[in-house]
Amino acid sequence: MDDFTVKHSEAVRPHEVSIPAPTSRVDSAADAPRRAEVKSLSFYYGDKQALNAVSFPVLDCKVTALIGPSGCGKSTLLRCFNRMHDLYPGNRYEGEIRLLPEDLNIVGGDVDPMYVRLRIGMVFQKPNPFPKSIYDNVAAGLWVRGVRRKALVDERVELALQRAALWDEVKDRLRESAYGLSGGQQQRLCIARALAPDPEIILLDEPTSALDPIATSKIEELIATIGDQVTIIIVTHNMQQAARISHFTAFMHLGNMVEYDQTEKIFTNPSEKRTLDYITGRFG
Amino acid sequence: MTDHIVKAFDEDLREISSRLAEMGGIAERLVAESVDALVKRDTALAQRVIAADDGVDALQREIEEKSILTIARRQPMAIDLREVVSALRIANDLERVGDLAKNTAKRVLALDGEFHAPKQLRGVKHMADMVLQRLKQVLDAYGARDSERAMDVWRRDGEVDSMYTSLFRELLTYMMEDPRHITLCIHLLFAAKNIERIGDHATNIAETIYYLVVGEVLTDERPKLDTTSFTKVSLTR
Repeated sequence: MDDFTVKHSEAVRPHEVSIPAPTSRVDSAADAPRRAEVKSLSFYYGDKQALNAVSFPVLDCKVTALIGPSGCGKSTLLRCFNRMHDLYPGNRYEGEIRLLPEDLNIVGGDVDPMYVRLRIGMVFQKPNPFPKSIYDNVAAGLWVRGVRRKALVDERVELALQRAALWDEVKDRLRESAYGLSGGQQQRLCIARALAPDPEIILLDEPTSALDPIATSKIEELIATIGDQVTIIIVTHNMQQAARISHFTAFMHLGNMVEYDQTEKIFTNPSEKRTLDYITGRFG
Repeated sequence: MTDHIVKAFDEDLREISSRLAEMGGIAERLVAESVDALVKRDTALAQRVIAADDGVDALQREIEEKSILTIARRQPMAIDLREVVSALRIANDLERVGDLAKNTAKRVLALDGEFHAPKQLRGVKHMADMVLQRLKQVLDAYGARDSERAMDVWRRDGEVDSMYTSLFRELLTYMMEDPRHITLCIHLLFAAKNIERIGDHATNIAETIYYLVVGEVLTDERPKLDTTSFTKVSLTR
């Protein structure tokens, strides 16, 4: 009869297993600290208006994705953040992008674009390393900012390469040309270069569209890893990518911001019909 | 809803949806026939119900495969994703409905040659009619993507539970009155429980339709009126 005795000491007692309370991956946009605030931002390429009074918050240490069909203004919006448009005459900003907590309007006429670019890093669609060594590429941003002490530069270069998940692959060849790296490695190098000076925001303009799926996965993994340490704004055409890596998503169409919300919400149950049509592949 | 840019995606979704409609039709028919077989003690009909359940199982597997393939191939988002996930869930519920109908049909075979008492069948039949009406309504609501009609079924599940509770008491009384009724009444009790569970599956389907249409998971507690688990029976009067 002993066989029928439940041995309590061995029985699993679910109530004793400590299960952490479920926490949402993302705080709601309302109460999370902000790194920047876009307020009624319009942008004109000469006479042509490309952005129409766009407003949204950029949350601190979160990944914000900008999605929308070609020509919707998402890249234009991203480029406003580091004043790329100032390179061409006739371009005009209206409204504000306020960098917080300082509350500096970075598209204000009195703010030097170079000053903005020192604080906000950018990575482009195609990897664009300098024709220099791997080390020099990452150190470049530090040198420009006046960091000269070798030990400090070494330390920051290593840290940046580690954060960009490239260190193990290049630590023995730091003095070799960056052009010897594969496309995916070059892109991670560009991210390391952007990360090295500890920017306040990093802008990624379709950073994986020129890469193969493996290299893309590595970049996504890297964004997921640093996504809670730095503020990232990413433009992507790949909606699954936006759904995977971002905390917040903004959908743009014809220069307007149609919807901004938690990524989860945008991709499962968006409020706007235009967003729904776009993410489900009903227009483009 | 406008069509997708990729036409084959629309085809995939339509295919899943129409398979599900077909499955719903068969499940509904099996429930009706199993109860009919029980009321009329028709063993031939019961055999057919038992055999036809395989078809429901096959449809469930087919819907599951198509849904998984669609997720892998098209990476559906938002309403499309809910469409596929809902199909998976509803197919599961319908598969269980088929099993329950089959179980009732098996009891008809077990009762062959047993004491027949039409009076005691009346309650079961009445309850089955009610549940069948719910099942039909919820399947119509799925076809029309009508969350309101689905919620109507959800809200009224308590009525089925109450009816089951009173039927439970009634059958107990028959058994106490005359022990010759025990075999029949036990089988009827299980059949009634099957039917009550089919009602629960209809309610699950209603919740799924709400999720499909509204995009939010229903978190309200549904009214539970089946109290038979707590019912005490005193054999000493």
